Amino acid sequence: MSVTKKLYLYFPKSETEKPIVYKLVKDFDLVINIFRAKVTPEEEGYLSLDVTGEAANIERALAYLSTLEVNIHAGNKGLHWDKERCAHCGACVVHCPTGALAFADQARRQLGFTEDLCVECHACIPACPFGACTSSF
Amino acid sequence: MSKTYQSINEKIAAGKAVVLTAEEVIDYVERKGVAAAAQEVDVVTTATFGPMCSSGCFLNFGHSKPKMRITEAWINDVQAYCGIAAVDVYLGATQLRHNDPANMYHPGEFRYGGGHVIEDLVAGKKVQLFALSYGTDDYPRREIRTMVGLDDLNQAIMVNPRNCYQNYNVAVNLSDKRIYTYMGILKARMRSMTYCSAGQLSPLLNDPLYQTIGLGTSVWLAGAQGLVYAQGTQHASLVERSENGVPMEGAGTLALSGDMKKMLPDFVRGVSFKGYGVSLALGVGIPIPILNAEILKRTAVRDSEIYATVVDYAEDYPQKTGNTLGRFTYAELRSGEVELLGKKVPVTSMSSYNKALTICELLKAEIQAGRFLLSEPSQPLPAAQGMRGLQCVEPQR
Repeated sequence: MSVTKKLYLYFPKSETEKPIVYKLVKDFDLVINIFRAKVTPEEEGYLSLDVTGEAANIERALAYLSTLEVNIHAGNKGLHWDKERCAHCGACVVHCPTGALAFADQARRQLGFTEDLCVECHACIPACPFGACTSSF
Repeated sequence: MSKTYQSINEKIAAGKAVVLTAEEVIDYVERKGVAAAAQEVDVVTTATFGPMCSSGCFLNFGHSKPKMRITEAWINDVQAYCGIAAVDVYLGATQLRHNDPANMYHPGEFRYGGGHVIEDLVAGKKVQLFALSYGTDDYPRREIRTMVGLDDLNQAIMVNPRNCYQNYNVAVNLSDKRIYTYMGILKARMRSMTYCSAGQLSPLLNDPLYQTIGLGTSVWLAGAQGLVYAQGTQHASLVERSENGVPMEGAGTLALSGDMKKMLPDFVRGVSFKGYGVSLALGVGIPIPILNAEILKRTAVRDSEIYATVVDYAEDYPQKTGNTLGRFTYAELRSGEVELLGKKVPVTSMSSYNKALTICELLKAEIQAGRFLLSEPSQPLPAAQGMRGLQCVEPQR
């Protein structure tokens, strides 16, 4: 059965020359959906992506990545919603295209962030007057 | 039987007062009926949390050695007004930081300003004071640069000329380009809509005819016990109202003051509106004494009975055409989507119902614990007052 997993990868300078995404596609038969990628002036790299494929293949791919110097974070690390800074006004809600930012508790109008739904479009960042949404990119 | 401020305060002091939030009172009145509920309920707590641009604070720094009569001052690079006594300044919420490029590269980010300095002070952070003077015989010092925190100041008194707008516009953008306003980013061709009110929780929507809230009323200002010191600027009670007396547009406002040293950081928050500027979001709670059945009935108002007016912020608002596009209740607005001019429009808010509800509950707990007493206004708010515009005339020679 095919599953989708969201990953946030950090590549130190030593690994930025390696064709890692190519390997994920070719050797592990994964479908890749990249949300954000960045190479800094210090030549480190950040990559935020979805991988879709057989669960066993994803496991093998993660095992391969762990043999490299790559830091693997499961889930959404690219876009950060600061629960403490959020004032639950909801200004972000009409700007979030996927419903990742939405009222989780309708009765108390309390906002919630569903990481899996976030595509890191960054529309929430300028929309939030409280600076609750930030990105590592 | 009607109650008095005194009889209610006696019950509060004895820990026997029946206190409900503006949300709880709705169902309570429906279940018990107005007459019976009015006998039982003593106080209804109301609240709001949102950006309130006409806010700021008087700070007294204490005297340096040698003394200085400050003529210009910047706190964390945000300029404060110094045209008052030697070491007093007034810091306004919308003041930009020195060298902020504002909208030079539109839309500007406005990351830090007066509202954020006020937030930092209340949060217990040290801020940098830089001040200049021309020097006098009695105040020879000409320059100072130091770090200060709220505890170091003699006084830090928030004095806000306009808070708690009774009701507010609902903003849309009918133009072809997205616009950047104090109502947030409004998408082009009415693809978003923003309202800004706590609706059924909001103080002046629960006392629409100013029967209990007036000059001298005790308020919960971000956790401090403050007061209404004047009518708010632009207080305009003569507006169109629904049958229940609730205004369908801006209307009344309150001027509030409170001690910043007693405020809670969760309810004093600097805000940045992209392309517009900086401001301060504040939490305000106001207890309404249930003196009689009519006052209670008005506090039982629901979102579905409070209307707000939609205005185009691309043309009609800036050009002051007076044109409006329609009206919706807060129940409709809170559903997240309304239909206007034949188009379904997603709706969002600048005001936090969640924080307003929390304030209603905190104030209720304070009153139940006997720590917050009610005060009878010394003067009512103006009940029949309009609002002037500004005529632009040629200067006289």
